[in-house]
Parts: sequence; C-alpha cells; structure tokens
Amino acid sequence: MSFTPHTPEEIREMLAVIGVGSIDDLFRPIPKALRARSFDLPPGMSEFEVMTRLQEMAAQNGRVVPFVGGGYYDHVIPAAVDHLAGRAEFYTAYTPYQPECSQGTLQALFEYQTAICRLTGLEASNASLYDGGTALAEAAMMALRVTGRDRVVLDGAVNPFHRAIVRSYLANLPVEIVELPPVNGILDRKGLAGKLDDRCAAVMVQNPNFFGCVADFSDLSAQVHKSGALLVSAVYAVSLGLLKAPGDMGVDIAVGDGQCLGNHLSFGGPAFGFMAAKKQYIRNVPGRIVGETVDREGRRGFVLTLQAREQHIKRHKATSNICSNQSLCALRGLIFLASLGKRGLVELARLNRDKAEYAKSALAAVRGVSILFGAPTFNEFTIRLPKRADDVVASLLKRGVAVGVPLGGYYKGEENSLVVTVTEKRTKGEIALLARELEGVLWN
Amino acid sequence: MELIYEISVNDRRGVRLPASDVPAATPLPGEYLRAEPARLPELSELDVVRHFTQLSRRNIGVDTTFYPLGSCTMKYNPKAMEEGARLFLPFHPMIGLLPGGEALSQGTLAILHHMGELLEEITGMDAVTCQPLAGAHGEMTGIMLIAAYHKAKGNRKKYVIVPDSSHGTNPASAAMVGYQVVTIPTDTYGDMDLGAFKAALNGEVAAVMLTCPNTLGLFNPHIREICDLAHAVDALVYYDGANLNAILGQLRPGDVGFDVVHVNLHKTFGTPHGSGGPGSGPVGVKKALIPFLPMPQVVRGKDGHLAISNDNPQSIGRMANFFGNFGVIVRAYAYTLMLGREGLIDVSEKAVLNANYVMSRLKDVYDLPFDQTCMHECVFSASRQLKHDIHAIDIAKFLIDKGFHPPTVYFPMIVKEAIMIEPTETESKATLDAFIDAMREAAELAEKDPAALKRAPVTTPISRLDETKAAREQNVCFA
Repeated sequence: MSFTPHTPEEIREMLAVIGVGSIDDLFRPIPKALRARSFDLPPGMSEFEVMTRLQEMAAQNGRVVPFVGGGYYDHVIPAAVDHLAGRAEFYTAYTPYQPECSQGTLQALFEYQTAICRLTGLEASNASLYDGGTALAEAAMMALRVTGRDRVVLDGAVNPFHRAIVRSYLANLPVEIVELPPVNGILDRKGLAGKLDDRCAAVMVQNPNFFGCVADFSDLSAQVHKSGALLVSAVYAVSLGLLKAPGDMGVDIAVGDGQCLGNHLSFGGPAFGFMAAKKQYIRNVPGRIVGETVDREGRRGFVLTLQAREQHIKRHKATSNICSNQSLCALRGLIFLASLGKRGLVELARLNRDKAEYAKSALAAVRGVSILFGAPTFNEFTIRLPKRADDVVASLLKRGVAVGVPLGGYYKGEENSLVVTVTEKRTKGEIALLARELEGVLWN
Repeated sequence: MELIYEISVNDRRGVRLPASDVPAATPLPGEYLRAEPARLPELSELDVVRHFTQLSRRNIGVDTTFYPLGSCTMKYNPKAMEEGARLFLPFHPMIGLLPGGEALSQGTLAILHHMGELLEEITGMDAVTCQPLAGAHGEMTGIMLIAAYHKAKGNRKKYVIVPDSSHGTNPASAAMVGYQVVTIPTDTYGDMDLGAFKAALNGEVAAVMLTCPNTLGLFNPHIREICDLAHAVDALVYYDGANLNAILGQLRPGDVGFDVVHVNLHKTFGTPHGSGGPGSGPVGVKKALIPFLPMPQVVRGKDGHLAISNDNPQSIGRMANFFGNFGVIVRAYAYTLMLGREGLIDVSEKAVLNANYVMSRLKDVYDLPFDQTCMHECVFSASRQLKHDIHAIDIAKFLIDKGFHPPTVYFPMIVKEAIMIEPTETESKATLDAFIDAMREAAELAEKDPAALKRAPVTTPISRLDETKAAREQNVCFA
C-alpha cells in the first residue's frame, strides 16, 4: 500500500523542472558504496489485511479482572474524551510553534496547566512530560539545579519502576542517590534525619506510596526546607479528589502519571507525566510552558513561553532535552477532568476508596490473609499471604483474576506480600470473586 | 474565546460515575484530606464537547492543511493505524510483568518484538529497544548506552561532538548524560567541517552525534570516513533519525558504520504528532552495545513464546514506566506492514522528489545558501527579503493567511533567517504548486508591499502575539 499521490505524468513534469532524468539521479549524493546492503522486508498489505492481523494479535492477549496498578490504573474514560481528542485538528498538528494557527492547542494546554495547578495546589505547571517515572527523574534533576547540591534521597516506598528511572537518569552524573528502605510501609523518618545535610538537594516521596499508604507530609516539608533541600512528591492524580494537595503540604515540586486521567491502559502508553512547582522555580522547570499574552489588537492569546530554558535555544545548557512531550494525552487529561468536573473528581476518589476499603475487609476475612501496614490507604493496600505471592498470583491469573502486584521482586523479605488495587470499575461481585478465588488458591 | 473555567456554572454536572455498590468507608482522618475540592470547571457534557470542538477549530493539522514543517516530517497519518491502536487499549501493562502474565500478553509482546525486528532491518542494526518515548528520549537512551559501553571498557571519556547544524536536542541529551559538548562548524558545502572535526577528535571523545542527511537536508559524502576516524579513537557514532525519511531503503545507518540509531516513529513511520506528542523513539544498536539495552526487554524463548527479561546486570536500567509508548508503536507497526518493502522505498523517493521540486521552483526568488541536490528538505534564507525589512517570520505568517502551515523558521541556527521546508512524500504536485505560488507571492510582496507581510496573519482568530509580555508576566495558570 502507498500513500503517495504522484502520477507518472506528474513525476515526469517534476523531474523536468528539477532538471534530472530520474528519481534515482536525486540520490546521487549518496555514494554507491554506502547504499543499503539489504532491505529485506515483507511486501506491503492492504489495510484490511493489516487490521485482520492486528485483530488476531489482540486476541492472543488474555483478559482478566485487574486488581493491579503499579502506576497504571483501570479507570472509567468518558466517551467524549476519545471523540474530542480524536479531532484531527488536535491529533494531526504538531508542537504549537506558530501560535496564530495553534490557539486550540495552546489554550487547551493553558487550561491543562491550570487544572494541574489547581489539583496540586502549586503555581507553575508545564505542558506535560513523558510519564510519571521520567517526570520524577526530571524533578530530581531540577532540584539538583535549583540547589546546586549533589545528593537526592529517595523514599523506598516510591514506585520501584519510577525509582529505577531516576537511577538511570542520574547514573552518569556526579550525584549520589540514597534510597531509604521504608519502615512499616512508610518513609523512614529517623533514617532521613541523618541524610538531611548541606549536600541534600531533594527528598523524594510518593503519596499514596507504592504500598498504598497515605501520608501527610506537612511536617516533613518543614524539616526538609530547614536543611535547604526541596521536597518532591509524586502523587496519584485521582486521589487528589480527596487527599490533601501537595502544595498544601509545602511540597516544592509535585509530579505524577496522568494515565489515570482519561488515558487508556494501552499496554503501558502513551499517557503523560505532569509536573507542577512553586512559582519561584519556574525557570528551572523542564519542557514546554504555555503563557498568556495579547495580540496586536489587545485580544487574549497564548504562546509557548520561557523558551530560553529549552533545548532548541539553549542547546547543552537547557533545563532538559525534552522536545516532543505528550500533548495529546495531556489534552485527554484536561477533557477528562472537565467532564467529571469539580464534584465528579471528588466522587471518583471517594468511590475508589470505598471500593478498596470494602475489598480490604473482604480479603482480610480470607483465612491466612492479613493487612500488612497500619497506615490509612486510598485505593491500594498491601496484604500478606501464608504462601509465596508469586505462586498465588500465577494461579489466580489462570482463573481470570489479577489479584495484585507481588512485592518479592522489589522488596527483600516481602515474598509473601502483594499490593491490591481496587478502582471504581471493580464491582462488588468481582471483589467477592477475588476473595473466593484467593481462598480457593490458598487452601484447596 | 472563553476559557473552560470562565464558562463553568456552579453545581452543573456532566458525566456520571457508576453508582456505588458498596457501603461508604469510614472517612480518613482530617489531616490527610484536602480542605476543599480542586476548582475544576462545572459543565454539562455538551458544554465540554462544544468547548473543545471550538478549540479544535482554532488549530490546523495535516488533515486540514499542508504542513511543511522542516525536520518534523508532517506526512499524512493513515487512518487504519488509529483503528489498529484501538484494539489494544484495554490491556494493562502490569499483567505482562506478573508471574505467569507473559502468557496473557503474547499479542502485545509480539508487536513489540516484531517491530523491533523490522526496525533492525530498516536501520541495519543488530538490536532495537522500543522503550524510549520520543526522539530526544531516544537520544538520551543512546548516549547512556554509549556511556555504559565506555564504562564497561574502562574508557575515560569526556566529550560528545556535534555539528553546529544539529538539533538542539543532541547537545542537550549529551549534557544530561554528563558529557561536555564540542560543537564543530559547518563548511561551505553544508557539511560538518572535516578539518575541525579531526582537530577536535581525541581519545577522550565518547561519541559523535550526526543527523544524516543533516538539518540542511544535505547528505554528507564523508560519513563513512567520519565513522572510521571516530572508531579509531573508540568513539561511537550516533545517528539522529529525525531525517530517516529521506533514506528509507536507500541507505542503512548500520551499514555505514553508525553504532547507535534512534528512529522517530512519529516522523518516519507516519504516527500522528498529537499537537506535540506522544511520539516514540526506538533505539537500535550494534552488537557491542546489546548488553546495555534498557529493561524490561522482550525476548523469544526456546519454546517460541515471548518473554520479558529483567535480568541484565549491565543494562542502563529503566527509561520508561513500562514498554514504551505502545499505542504509538502499534500504529507504526501497522504503517510498516501496510507499506512493506516497496512502499517504504517509495516514501524516500517521493519525499526527495517533492523537496527538490520545491527547491528548484523557489531558488530564483529566495537565497539558497547551499545550492545542491537536497534530500527530503531544503533550507532557504530570507536574507534577500531582509533588505526590505522582511524577516522569515513575516513570510511564515503570510503563508498562514494563504492556507498553509509555515515551514520551520530560524532553524538550523547557522542559516540566517532560515526557512526550512519539508514537504513529505504524501503531498501532491498540485498542493506543492499552490504553496510555491504563495511563497513566490510573499517574495514579490517583500519588494512591492512589505507592509502587507508585516500585517499578516489577518485570517486567524488572533493576530501576532506579544511574546515578550508572556515571558515577562509568566502568567501560566488562570487565577
């Protein structure tokens, strides 16, 4: 299949204008010796054949009831999100370099930034980053820039995938990463105290954390600021319908994954990462930022602003190398939030917690299962089993239920523990099924 | 147009959530709760639909308008790709990572694996990771792979060499990985100055990053010599795949001597640009770099089943939450299958034909700093128009009024008043002719009525914006 429109006659006319005899002549600048040695690809197919093939491949994935998160959550997505983000004027445009013909994108991103600021209680949001993990890594680099220090302290209760990304990003820089093993499922405050010195650029936490535990970091921020470091908090955006905003806890930089805001699971992407910071740090924020201004007639309009931070101007001195971000996914996030609205997000958060608390009780009633940590939780909680969690998870998958994420691979000594996620999409019936199947696997 | 917050009405409701079928939980203690709900807008579903539909009409995209934005490859995005991606929306990535979960993810893993194989053949590399989430993310991944390679060999390296025509992401990516950047000037033929390159090259150089064809749209005939010189001091050569569209099926970076390649699926492989993303930047490497590829990796087991590997002690680690921008990768996979071998060769042929046609028909009215056969894009300078105080930006704004998205302007930085035109292969001669007419009209107006160009655009909902005010006031959030 081909999407080029040229007719033989047009090709002849164009070659004549250029003054060459054939298209091959146009490739003369490439010496013969450098030409491709191989290009062994299958012949093209019609779209019908390709769709059939993709349908066959999709059918090779099994469907299970997911009680898993790990940073990606199975939430409802209003139909309007797909339809509006499917407008070709949005999805076939690129970065709004020419603001006069890109006001749709620019205004939407300004509204998105506003939504993120209002959710997080901070003043300066960028126009999206790649994902939650890379946003956390960018926050670490931002804190290092802001403070001029060379150590970041990572709470071990932060999502282990995201911590791994931070380690990768910082691996080649003269920077020390201290990972504090959590105590009873939460940040080790005592251990932290010893690390808060004049080398520490940032303390990085997550709320709710990987185990599902909820915290109030208000006193932590005071302690961190006293040492001259920044407090960075990853947050689960949906939980902010209910939980205290990072800005209200004194957090300096809040980041998170926007998948839960109107982006499909899609085997892990695309979604988006968000970042919001206190206004004083705006010049150190990575990525695109949209700002309000006026046109020649004084009408309100929007432009990409503070571009002197960015790679296309500053090159190796830029705050980040990011160029393409995840605009369309951020737009989806905004449409999702606007569709639910102020009260809808509160209801969504409450529904998640109600279901999770219900499931927590149901699982705690299963013989041999205990709730691992005492801290309050949002829509995830950690349970301990009388058997290896890996084996239980594998057995339950065969019965059509993904019971949770086993912790053994990420935390030594937690081979029998797993994190269970319950979103608003899980029904009472599915929760009962989960409890029944778990009981069956444990004791039959 | 009003902001979505300005049309909000107290207590108006939109989308309803499922009713709860469980009892309400005991509320959390107050210290964990937010004092009041986030001030999100309160709207009906129709309010939301109308708002965003109106916003979309203040945008133009490839589907509405010719979009010759140089270096961005704004080709047509075939619709079957959108339909294909929809098939995979419900699959949770975490399922694949659970014990026993691979068996439930064979379809999605097969796409990642096969797309990797196709990209290996297309680029001439030995292995590919689809994890990087955008072109710049691929660059960073690639430089991290190079750093890991040098570290494993005990090499002490400090510098990354880039030509001054390179994308800004190249030096920025190298700096993020801790390297110092050495910039090499461009010679009179538009290529990286070979003498200056040789003078800068030494045992402490970790990598040379090149775009090929370069950002002037020109093919550097010394490319193999550059690779050989770099390899002689154990510096690796990085191929920035932004311009891969020009050479599909004609040249493979791996054959020429490049060690690391990134590919922009949102450029070369037709996935939509999404108003600035999501993209996808798979990275291909030569054998020596395979041990360092990021995890998790998709591998084929002895039984033929696909598995996820996490046990690679030399790996640079994780670069993204899960497996990359899977939805973008599926689209590119569908594109590659539809086009096949002949279709992909046709892409580079028609892309180069279109660019040379535009170049040939405009070079009598615009300065062409490097007058030679171009590849997929051509770079003019508005320096002749500058005599009438007309800048590249004025021509760009005029083109909006004529119904076109402007070319890239002011990049590459080494060309004064640069106008960088990349037509792509999916545009017809009729479209190119209309664009050429508009460009020629702009050149004529520059001489006869420059004020008309200065007024442009006049057909858009707003006129030129005060960017200085935006930067000064930093109003980035509605109060």
